[in-house]
Amino acid sequence: MSTTGISKRRVVIAVARKDLTIEWNSRILVNQVAPFAAIVMVLFAFALDNDGILQRVAPGLVWLATLFSMLVVIQRSFTVESADGALDALRVAGVDMGAIFMGKTIALMVQLFVLELMLVATAVILYGVEMTLAGFCEAIVTLVVATIGLGSVGTLYGGLAAGARGRETLLPLLLLPAVAPVLIGATRATEAAFGSGGTTVSEGWPWIGLLLVFAVLFSAVGTVAFGPLVDE
Amino acid sequence: MDTVIELSGVVAVLGQFPALAGVDLSVQCGEIVLLQGPNGAGKTSLLRVCAGLMPIERGTGHVLGIDLATNREAIRSRVGLLGHANGLYLDLTVMQNLQFWASTVAATASEVSTAMSTMRIDGRLADVKASQLSAGQRRRCALASLIVRRAEIWLLDEPHAGLDAAGRDELDALLRSAVASGATVVLASHERDRALDLATRTVTIDGGGAA
Repeated sequence: MSTTGISKRRVVIAVARKDLTIEWNSRILVNQVAPFAAIVMVLFAFALDNDGILQRVAPGLVWLATLFSMLVVIQRSFTVESADGALDALRVAGVDMGAIFMGKTIALMVQLFVLELMLVATAVILYGVEMTLAGFCEAIVTLVVATIGLGSVGTLYGGLAAGARGRETLLPLLLLPAVAPVLIGATRATEAAFGSGGTTVSEGWPWIGLLLVFAVLFSAVGTVAFGPLVDE
Repeated sequence: MDTVIELSGVVAVLGQFPALAGVDLSVQCGEIVLLQGPNGAGKTSLLRVCAGLMPIERGTGHVLGIDLATNREAIRSRVGLLGHANGLYLDLTVMQNLQFWASTVAATASEVSTAMSTMRIDGRLADVKASQLSAGQRRRCALASLIVRRAEIWLLDEPHAGLDAAGRDELDALLRSAVASGATVVLASHERDRALDLATRTVTIDGGGAA
């Protein structure tokens, strides 16, 4: 039976569900990644140890903690594929690689979004960040759009590094420079949402526009390039 | 019987080195063909060519009527290649692994159930994580995924590796059962005596050519 005859959407859903089931079975996000992210936030608080500074830099700390945690989640996402040759088996079976990319991206986005919500809540509790209703809405939009970008670029680079020797160190080297625009855009948009340093909510929307461009660009590039990159 | 694999003078290159040097091979539906030859003779390359994973440089080849030179990617979804790895998700249960494969090819729940009972991984084993299975049980789970995927040709590279004597007996019985159900098997194995008992025909690969 040809998988080319199967709708792409069906494969996307199957891959996303599979990755989320693996997370549900193993609880790596809950038991390891989330505590790691929380510890990073606490260490930032110890290092800066000043409420005024913490409130000012909270948006940047939230996104830095997200990026560090994302590295762990992506490594995990591709370790499960390579542990017993599963990704190879999918490739050999002719399963649409673009659909695999999209499925893995969706699963990564769901996990990142949960993590980001937890980090924002930590910033509110630990750093004393306050938000208006408009700021809260802008923060949610920022999380959603930035997560699409991070999920796409993370899956693309995760797939690229998966077959390489020294992938554990290669992934951060490749990924962190590539997501710099997301770090900048998301931090500025979140600053506006938090009202850090006297910024207003309206100042965040142009940055969200930048995040949207990044998300669309890498979603499209990833869907096309993931297969050839993994094949290589 | 229908010819499912027909290769004539096939040359394939791996990097800069010839992996296959003018292979002729014809396999009929329902056969169990054993590829034998020393390490590096080209057995794995031949299996990969038949799976549509490796391009051919010269010669002509058809698998299930599909031209290897022009449309080899279309072959991938109709054959099952099982190498040293099993292609399982170790944090998923047996059932979840097979349900995942089923969802990629729109196989039904009853097909999954049939595959599991054929490979004797139903009942208690269905809810066991793949990481907790023995080598033989993982192999059976991988073979069940080939059934779920409705692979018409099973290309098996060292299928007996890692199995104990009982597991090897079981695997042989399962392959005979698969062939009885309409599949064709091409395998490379260093378990010569065992594989000779299993195979309906042997093909010797030497220096990249078949004899």
